[in-house]
Amino acid sequence: MDFSNFLLMRQEIFLLAIILVLIIAEMFMPRKKKGSIVHLSIFLFGIHTVAGFLGIHESSMFGGMFRTNGLIHFFKNLLDVGVLIILLQSADWLQEKIVPQDNVAEYLILLFSSLLGLYFMISAGDFLMFYLGLELSSLPIAALAAYETAKRKSSEAGIKFILSAALASGISLFGISLLYATSGSIYFDDLLVLITSSRLSILGMILFFAGLAFKISLVPFHFWTADVYEGAPIGIASYLSVISKGAAAFILLILLFTILKPLMHVWENIVYGIAIATMFIGNLFALRQKNMKRFLAFSSIAQAGFILLGLIVGNQLGMATVIYFVLVYVFSNLAAFGVVQAISLRTGKEHMNDYEGLYRTNPNLSLVLMLGLFSLAGIPPLAGFFGKFFLFTAAASEGYYLLVFLAVVNVTISLYYYLLVVRAMFLRKSDRPIPFFKNGIYMRLGLIIAVLGILILGFYGPLYDYIYELSGSFNY
Amino acid sequence: MDFTIIIFILLIPMAIFLLLGIFNQKIKPAVSGYLGVLGLLASTLLSFYTAYQYFFVNGKSNEVYQTFVEKTLWMEFTETLHFDMGILIDPISVMMLIVVSLISLMVHIYSRGYMKGDEGYTKFFAFLSLFTFSMYGLVLASNLFQLYVFWELVGVSSYLLIGYYYTKASAVAAAKKAFIVTRFADLGFLIGILTIGYYAGTYDFGVLNDPGGTAIMNWAATSFMGLSALTWALILIFIGGAGKSAMFPLHIWLPDAMEGPTPVSALIHAATMVVAGVYLVARLFPMFYFVEQGFALNIVAYVGAFSALFAAIIAIVQTDIKRVLAYSTMSQLGYMMLALGVSGYYANEGLGFMASMFHLFTHAMFKALLFLGAGSILHAVHSNFLRDMGGLRKHMPITHITFLIAALAIAGVPPLAGFWSKDEILAAAYEHNKLIYIVGVLVAGLTAFYIFRIYFGIFWGKEKKYEHTPQEAPLSMTFPMLFLAFMSISAGFIPFGKFITADKIEFLAPIHYPLAAIAVGAGSMGIVIAWLFYKKESDLADKFAKTFGAFYKWTVAKFYFDEIYLFVAKKIMFNKVAAPIAKFDKKYVDGTMAAIGNKTVLTSEKIKGMQSGRVQDYAFAFVAGIIMIALLSIYLWPT
Repeated sequence: MDFSNFLLMRQEIFLLAIILVLIIAEMFMPRKKKGSIVHLSIFLFGIHTVAGFLGIHESSMFGGMFRTNGLIHFFKNLLDVGVLIILLQSADWLQEKIVPQDNVAEYLILLFSSLLGLYFMISAGDFLMFYLGLELSSLPIAALAAYETAKRKSSEAGIKFILSAALASGISLFGISLLYATSGSIYFDDLLVLITSSRLSILGMILFFAGLAFKISLVPFHFWTADVYEGAPIGIASYLSVISKGAAAFILLILLFTILKPLMHVWENIVYGIAIATMFIGNLFALRQKNMKRFLAFSSIAQAGFILLGLIVGNQLGMATVIYFVLVYVFSNLAAFGVVQAISLRTGKEHMNDYEGLYRTNPNLSLVLMLGLFSLAGIPPLAGFFGKFFLFTAAASEGYYLLVFLAVVNVTISLYYYLLVVRAMFLRKSDRPIPFFKNGIYMRLGLIIAVLGILILGFYGPLYDYIYELSGSFNY
Repeated sequence: MDFTIIIFILLIPMAIFLLLGIFNQKIKPAVSGYLGVLGLLASTLLSFYTAYQYFFVNGKSNEVYQTFVEKTLWMEFTETLHFDMGILIDPISVMMLIVVSLISLMVHIYSRGYMKGDEGYTKFFAFLSLFTFSMYGLVLASNLFQLYVFWELVGVSSYLLIGYYYTKASAVAAAKKAFIVTRFADLGFLIGILTIGYYAGTYDFGVLNDPGGTAIMNWAATSFMGLSALTWALILIFIGGAGKSAMFPLHIWLPDAMEGPTPVSALIHAATMVVAGVYLVARLFPMFYFVEQGFALNIVAYVGAFSALFAAIIAIVQTDIKRVLAYSTMSQLGYMMLALGVSGYYANEGLGFMASMFHLFTHAMFKALLFLGAGSILHAVHSNFLRDMGGLRKHMPITHITFLIAALAIAGVPPLAGFWSKDEILAAAYEHNKLIYIVGVLVAGLTAFYIFRIYFGIFWGKEKKYEHTPQEAPLSMTFPMLFLAFMSISAGFIPFGKFITADKIEFLAPIHYPLAAIAVGAGSMGIVIAWLFYKKESDLADKFAKTFGAFYKWTVAKFYFDEIYLFVAKKIMFNKVAAPIAKFDKKYVDGTMAAIGNKTVLTSEKIKGMQSGRVQDYAFAFVAGIIMIALLSIYLWPT
């Protein structure tokens, strides 16, 4: 093996290096200067994100355990951008709440470890690597969810997450072993030809699917979502809702479209049913949420239901539309989460009623939140509209008219509750509105990037074509 | 043709509109006025350059004027049916470029004086630029759909400018009226466009207008209620044109549109936008002529002739000078329409087409001049009404002379511009249809009468008590008037037959002396009668009016057309149609929607117990879900 092949893993290596730097910094920095670790990590991660855009060629290493290609590389960059936005948005919170507790470096190390796990998960060339990545990405999150040790809800979130995650990955591992039992290999390249449609392999596929469905929060594997989002620090909630969910959707997409393609006649029925259930359950629950974090949790469940519309198509078109949707969703959801985080940090308020009259006191923040919610609702000409539009056309092109119709019904429901928030901010008056406050530079930057994403992706057409082209990297 | 130059004719006013519109508050009024004028000047020079290139350098090949098209595909439906955005250069579009540029430039210059001190000065120039851009787009459109896009843009800018004095209730009402009436007509236009798209399979003017092309050759292929489908389409399109050009019975918006600032009336409601309907028929002239042996064209002729007569009669008794001019405009537009209606296609038979375009050109000059003159008078005496004016010739010599020139031109007195174009129209009508010819002569007489009625009323007669002595307008206003007066004298000498003909091959159009003598005679009679009635204050006119009795009353009330429309709209449309539909909508459509909404919220309330908060329940759901899916997948859906 040529040593230069390691360059294939340069994103993983760089991220690992950042983690090591942070460990060293944690050991040798005087306690009073720990705050600068936040700046350091944002700086390093910023470099990592920018450097990630350097091109990469398609190859695999370690006998096929690790592979990468244009699409995987693109998706890693997307995850990087998302995590960077989250870092920027939580920087103030870290400085004010976590640095005094003297465990900020651990927070960042855990976060980056989880991201590293996601890297390995989506770059996996066999089930072993996949499973290691899955675990590496989940375990730190349990700790992070419980990070605000002073809050009871935070600990509850941690416990609920670790229990559910353990169950999910256990079941997933069982599924993987059944697949191994029926085909005799764990390498994706071999499985392409080895997988057959037997009852045992179908059961294995379903168990494996459940493990990822847990991460994407599909019904009925979604119950943990709202509780964890509500209790966890908002940065972690947004990480779960976009980064971890997006990566899981991505690898599920790849595996279903490639090695599990022979079982498509089975999983398309499963996806069909789960899509309907997820959209409706997510939306109906979101309808009556008053806590902004729980509200966004259910909204993100409903959004996951929409992703399945592209999943069911099972070809290059479906791949491209799902990835484009996730791309748009990252920016839209992070714009919304960012505002919620800013307000929560400055005022401690997370209830929808607290947002009444926000436009009068903080017009910029309410505009950002409005853009984010409108994009999530899919209002043209924002990016969210095109994300949904492409998904729906993809599903319709394969003849899933009923599913598209139900999805449209759900879009209408979702519009209602997104508008509830907008109405509270813009039309309602309040005796005690949230007072005006100024955000830190990092928070502003984080929000601006998210808003730019919403606006530019909506107007910039060629990106979709680019994704579509990249989606040809896999054989279907 | 050099399309890179032509595109700038459009882009400059657009850029100025954006500039003035976006930086509305930040630009000083003086600057915005200059910007508007300079931009238009640039567009005008480019238009003249284009016209020179086209008519004198490279427009002709084998003695036939060529059509040049540059376009980009916008939306494709089938191989032949697509929306394009493009520029089409042919004789009539180049002529319209000249008309629009000249009049718009003059109105821009004039407005710098007229609107001085107005609060929305910058906004006004922004709207003027928007209008000019839209009008350029309309005349240069390379296909029917693009024309429709700019057609509506023109309508919007007209709406904005009529309602420019938005604090005045009557201006707002007039703007709405103009918009709704023309929109109503445009509905016909739109259906016509769709019909053309369906039956002719293309929107491209080049294909539609080709006498040997598929659209015209196959007109008989489909019929609907006894007529060709394409005839119906053309009639519907003409309805759109009739709405914009204020043809009977869609004319009711034009007199009210005089609520806008007077320069706007001169530009939009006299010289350019209102001729869009005429231009539309001229643009599709080969279709109108060939499809079903010109059935639709006959309708154009009769509607035009009737409107010309109808409006001329009403114009006689109006007391608001701008309304007199508005009805005069309508009457002259009817003239242009009837000229198109009596035209043939090949060589000399196309006299009517040429005459119509010729009259469009000359009319733009002298009618804009009449309006600018009227504006100058309003500026001086602060009233629209004839009763407040009199003896102004001493105070406003330049306005007086230029107004007189324009009046003589519209009355058809040789050798001014109106004489030549009117003569060609009457000659064409005489050849084709004697009835229409007689109407034409009658209208010529009436025109001379009503225009000299207001001329004498304004500039002669007894001097009224003015609040302060009327003064001549500043140079910025008199210069455009002098220029247009020059055009009103000289435009008639342009040999139009050399440039603009139906089949694009030039021919010679001689003067028809006997017909000219009759027309001039009718005009002179009108002038003489007006002189007898109105030169000095006398009761002759009143006595005369009394002999007409009821007819006179009817005419003053504009034949009760506004009342008829109101009756139809309020009593029938609102009460009998709209109200029941609204009720149905509220009760059943809204009711169903509200029920669905309520059910959704209720359901969401009912299922809230599912989220118990206990992690063991979550795990149960997790495992139960898997088992259910597995059972379903393995046993229910056979592999």
